[in-house]
Amino acid sequence: MIRTFRRLLILALAMAPLAAVPATAQEGAGANKEMPRASTGGAQTLEDILARQRGQQIDDDFRREAVGDPARAAAIAAQLGTLGGASDSEVFRALRYGSADVTVSAKGAAAGIVIQDSGMWWLELREGPLLEWGGWLLVAMIAVVAVYLVVRGPIRIEGEKTGRMILRFTAIERFSHWLLAGSFILLGLTGLIVLFGRVALIPVFGKDFFSDIALASKWIHNNVAWAFIVALVMVFVCWVVHNVPNRADLVWLAKGGGLFSKHVHPPARKFNAGQKIIFWIVIILGISISASGLSLLFPFEMPMFAKTFEVLNALGLPQLVGMGELQTTMTPHEEMQYAQLWHTVVAFVFMAIIIAHIYLGSVGMEGAFESMESGEVDMQWAKEHHSLWYEEVVAEEQAAASRESPATPAE
Amino acid sequence: MKTMLIAFLAMAVIAIGADILLDFIGFSTEAMTSGPAVRSG
Repeated sequence: MIRTFRRLLILALAMAPLAAVPATAQEGAGANKEMPRASTGGAQTLEDILARQRGQQIDDDFRREAVGDPARAAAIAAQLGTLGGASDSEVFRALRYGSADVTVSAKGAAAGIVIQDSGMWWLELREGPLLEWGGWLLVAMIAVVAVYLVVRGPIRIEGEKTGRMILRFTAIERFSHWLLAGSFILLGLTGLIVLFGRVALIPVFGKDFFSDIALASKWIHNNVAWAFIVALVMVFVCWVVHNVPNRADLVWLAKGGGLFSKHVHPPARKFNAGQKIIFWIVIILGISISASGLSLLFPFEMPMFAKTFEVLNALGLPQLVGMGELQTTMTPHEEMQYAQLWHTVVAFVFMAIIIAHIYLGSVGMEGAFESMESGEVDMQWAKEHHSLWYEEVVAEEQAAASRESPATPAE
Repeated sequence: MKTMLIAFLAMAVIAIGADILLDFIGFSTEAMTSGPAVRSG
C-alpha cells in the first residue's frame, strides 16, 4: 500500500510539469507580447491573415522589415556565390514594401516601383460603385429633366414678340461659351467611353473595335482638355462681373425663378440667380477637374493628393466627419488613383448639372438658344426673363441716342 | 451660328496644336519613359 502510494506520489510529481502547462502557455502568451508571432518564427499568423481579410489595419513591420541581411550572408565559397543574405521571399518583400535598392532603365517616378499592392481598393471602386452611382446619377438627371419637360413644358415667351432684337452676348462671349461647351461635351463623351468601355462597349463592339475607339477617345480627351482650360479662363474673365450675387437674386430664388409656375418672372439682371449658381459651379468644378486632369495628363509629375490631405488633416475636416486622419504618404500610383477617382466624381456631378443647363438653354426655354447662337434676343424675352438688365440696356440705348442727336435748342 | 463653328474649329486647332507642342517639347510618353536601354511609346 505504501509502495503504491509512493508510486502515485512519484507519478504525481512526474506529472507536475505537465499540470503546469496551461500556466506556462499563459505565460507564453504573455511572452508573445514581447515577441509576437513566436509560434511562426516571426512570419504572419492565421490571425494576421484573417484580420487583413476583415479589412483591419495590422502592424506589418514584422513583414516590412523581414527583408534579409546581406551582412550576414554566408561567405562566397564557390564560383556562384550565395544569395547575398536575402532569400527570394525577402527580396520580393523588399520590392513590395519599397525598400529594395531598385535600378531601372525606364524613366519616370513609377518605374522603380516594381510591386505596388495599393491598387485593389481603387480598382474595385472604379469598376463597381463609381460606374454604378455615376451612371445612375446621369440617368436620374435625364429622368428629372424629362419629367420637368412633361409637367412644366417649355418656358414660352408669354407676351407678344416685338421683333426688335437687342444684343445679349457679344461675339467673344459666344465664342468662349461654345469653346467651353464643345470641349466639355467631347471630354464628357470620351471620358464615358474610356470609363464604361470595358463593361458597356467591349461586349457590343468587341475588343478590336473598342481598341480603336478607346485610342481615339484618349487622344481627344488629352488634347481637347487644353481648349476646355482656355475656355474656362475666357468665360471667367467675360462673365465674373455679371455673376456677383446681389439682392435681386434672393427674390429670384424665393420665387423659384418662375421655373415651377407660369406667369411668374422675377426680376434679374444680365444673369439670374440660377445662372449665377451654374456659373460658379462651372468655375469651381472646372478648376478642380482641370487640376486633377493635369495631374493625370502628366503622370507622376504633378502629385497633389498627399499635400491636399495634409491640409485637410491640419484643418481637422476629416476628423470633423468622423474619419481618421487621411493618408499623407503615397506611392506615385496612389496619387494617380486618387486623381482618377476625384476627376471622375467631379465629372459625373459636372455632367449632371450641365444636362439641366443644356435642357434650359435649348428646348426648355424659348429664345434661350438664339441668345447664344446669334447673340440677340427679342425685347419681350429680355423684358420677361431679365427685366433689370433690359431696363439697363434700354436706358443705355436712350442715352446713346440722345448723345448722337442732342435736342435742338429753342431759338 | 458662325461664332459657334469658329469656336469648334478653334477647339480642333488647340487640340492638334497641344499634341504637336507637347511632343515637340519632350512631353510625349516616349520621351518621358524611354531610357538608354528602354524604348517605349
